[in-house]
Amino acid sequence: MDRFAWTNGLLEMNETLVIQQRGVKLYDGDDKAKLDVGVVLLTTHRLIWRDHKNHECCIALSLSQIIYFEEQAAGIGKRYVAKIVIHLYPVTANKEPGPYQQSKFPYIKLSFKEHGQIEFFRRLTEEMTQKRWETPVPQTISTATGSQTGKTRAVGIVGIERKIEQKRKETEQNISEAFEDLSQLMVKAKEMVELSRSIANKIKDKHGDITEDETIRFKSYLLSMGIANPVTRETHGSGTNYHMQLAKQLGDMLLAPLEERGGMMALTEVYCLVNRARGMELLSPEDLVNACKMFESMQLPLRLRVFDSGVMVVQLQSHSEEEMIASALDNVTDKGSLTSEEFAKLLGLSVLLSKERLLLAEKMGHLCRDDSVEGLRFYPNLF
Amino acid sequence: MSFEWPWQYNFPPFFTLQPNVDTRQKQLAAWCSLALAYCRHHKLYTLDVMESQESPVFNNKKIERKLSTEAIQVVFEELRKKGNLDWLDKNKSRCLVMWRRPEEWGKLIYQWVSKVGMINSVFTLYELSNGDDTEGEEFHGLEEWILLRSFKGVKFF
Repeated sequence: MDRFAWTNGLLEMNETLVIQQRGVKLYDGDDKAKLDVGVVLLTTHRLIWRDHKNHECCIALSLSQIIYFEEQAAGIGKRYVAKIVIHLYPVTANKEPGPYQQSKFPYIKLSFKEHGQIEFFRRLTEEMTQKRWETPVPQTISTATGSQTGKTRAVGIVGIERKIEQKRKETEQNISEAFEDLSQLMVKAKEMVELSRSIANKIKDKHGDITEDETIRFKSYLLSMGIANPVTRETHGSGTNYHMQLAKQLGDMLLAPLEERGGMMALTEVYCLVNRARGMELLSPEDLVNACKMFESMQLPLRLRVFDSGVMVVQLQSHSEEEMIASALDNVTDKGSLTSEEFAKLLGLSVLLSKERLLLAEKMGHLCRDDSVEGLRFYPNLF
Repeated sequence: MSFEWPWQYNFPPFFTLQPNVDTRQKQLAAWCSLALAYCRHHKLYTLDVMESQESPVFNNKKIERKLSTEAIQVVFEELRKKGNLDWLDKNKSRCLVMWRRPEEWGKLIYQWVSKVGMINSVFTLYELSNGDDTEGEEFHGLEEWILLRSFKGVKFF
């Protein structure tokens, strides 16, 4: 932690912000740093950390000081949060003053209390490979590059660290070779999804060439095949950004099923469909609700709607309630009277939604109810 | 002359208290007029809540629907607000039904009295309600308590 220096947090010339993540706590080696939780910012030149309450408290570390870094996965339970361990070069003599005068550890840890470490790690890797802080002054190739290309004298702690780094590189090489086939498979899977999507479109156009059963089966395969790149808490962190991305993904995914079901689906149905499609990275109900609440603000063509009885549905924006009620009234008048089960069967809706629709029509005064031991029936309102 | 049931009587939702406010108002109005018409036809002046549950007014055996006790209470309360009903006891188990309000009775009696030119003569209540002279008049057979009430509104010397 003694490699950090106080800074005002402003970016220098040619320095651009790559990514930031809040909810990060710093560790001096294995001990918690005497700083609070804050926001960590990765720029092309530096790694900056700012206290989330006191914005004046801002420290920075030059990326050139990083030897290497690795992920430390999260364990089960609250105590173990995902971390990134960053190994640093020894402090230079002309270093600016910082929060720590000295430290017995040559490495620091970033603890991601609100997740987001996968994306951050990816970006950090990119920056460390590109080394954009070096471009204006290419001749000052610091010892940072030296350690990563060839073997230099193995002296003291630095030497040990370099050896560890080499070993890590070798293992990485081995693993990537072993999984080469898998990457091929992933590429093919993407193609498969594209193919099935094009077939589905063709089905829609040439309506009638395939029987209804087959279409239904095919569609269920499509749905179970899943989404290629699910948005998870780890990739995009928690908070509104996550929900916004999720809302976008839901918006794309739900259009087709909604059309089929007449423009309205109960939130429980949506939950089942979405999680079945995602396969591995499941959504929690809370996340789903929060994402659905953002539909309107993100101007997606879906809406989350809550009925008086508390039932929540997702419906298409183009869905008109008056039309539904008028058609419900026609149906009831045709048959004289209807229960919600009969109505559901007639329309192909779920019983819950058909009851909601009948109740809404009653509220508007088009229907009246007959409650008896036989059950609840709805009649056209002749009063 | 048999009693003519209104169309609502055979409409099943009529026997369920409607949650929609507007619909309920219309429903209750229909119930009130039905109850009063029935009482007038059969010359009923008192109703017992328990008995009325089984009476054909609130219980349509043909469509197998009947009004629940709460609903009957609501209908009676509505009648009371309009002035057509009075509770005989605190527990609200028996009530007086006035399908014609006392004031209206009073007017009718006065009209008859003046018609037969008997103003300024003395009548007993019995004569008025059960006398041979009054046979054929609407208030013939009127029960004593309502006669008394009707007199409150009209000035009798």
